[in-house]
Amino acid sequence: MQNSLRIGVLYSRLRVEEKWIFAALDERGVTYDRIDDRNIQFDVDQPETWQGYDAVLVRSISYSRGLYAARMLNNWGIPTINAASVAEICGDKVATYAALAKAGVPQLRTKVAFTVESALEAIEELGYPVVLKPVVGSWGRLLAKVNDRDAAEAILEHKATLGSVQHSIFYIQEYLEKQGRDIRVMIIGDQAVAAIYRNSPHWITNTARGGSGEVLPLTPELEQISHAAAEAVGGGLLGVDLFEHPERGYVLNEINHTTEFNNAQPITGVNIADLAVDYILEVAKQSTLEAA
Amino acid sequence: MNTNCQECDAGITLESSTEVNEILVCPDCGVELEVTSLNPPALELAPMEEEDWGE
Repeated sequence: MQNSLRIGVLYSRLRVEEKWIFAALDERGVTYDRIDDRNIQFDVDQPETWQGYDAVLVRSISYSRGLYAARMLNNWGIPTINAASVAEICGDKVATYAALAKAGVPQLRTKVAFTVESALEAIEELGYPVVLKPVVGSWGRLLAKVNDRDAAEAILEHKATLGSVQHSIFYIQEYLEKQGRDIRVMIIGDQAVAAIYRNSPHWITNTARGGSGEVLPLTPELEQISHAAAEAVGGGLLGVDLFEHPERGYVLNEINHTTEFNNAQPITGVNIADLAVDYILEVAKQSTLEAA
Repeated sequence: MNTNCQECDAGITLESSTEVNEILVCPDCGVELEVTSLNPPALELAPMEEEDWGE
């Protein structure tokens, strides 16, 4: 069955995760196309080019490209991993915050404001320090730890004046002293398959910024919160990031829908790429059964 | 497979496992290079990171 399936892999640049996924597909003899998102176009009246795919894995490094591609494909009934609806939530911190809050998943205290004045008010209510985050963005870019009112006024003015309209959607989060580490849990389908600590002496912990990883055995508590978070955003192939709060236990930070696992796979010894391919083929099989 | 950095002209040897669209870092000048062809080996400057890039 899986040899009759046709998979598309949409990507922007070939990272090690994509190479591992290609190797896993090759190993199983799966027919797949490598699709560079710089070269594609969509015509709403001509879905035929794409309808040969039973599923498309979206690994675009650009949130916008991946999201719009998934939207087009899903509208034509072609399943994507992950679905456009999942990317919409995970790629936008306000949408993630709202979805997790609705599902009762514990998070850091967060406020959203639309003007410099209301943002300043929200910051003062939360109490210093706070962290300002762009609503869309990753790899720890443009995060600001705001320690006092002078810094708050300056950063808010800069964001409002120099940034795009989106930078005036102020996402304000309480600051957590996180003991130099946070947690990444890999979710595939409805299962947590691996977890690592991500260590960094910097207040921003992100392996894209040079943090290192360490294996973290999965516990029922970790699995439960990660699973609840993944379910709240629609599930799929996800990287769930958590903090350890000294009083509140695990709290959700964010969920990555084109998750990198170049650290998690070698550190844990779990073949995440292989498990991801199992999941992709399952989604593709399901889609062919539904179409039959 | 030998080729040169587009920025500083340093000699670069592509490993046998290299694939098209992979990103390499020039050992001399540190610029990111995208592999655009294997036969013949060719590199171009990799696209600059954009605001919505990430995971």
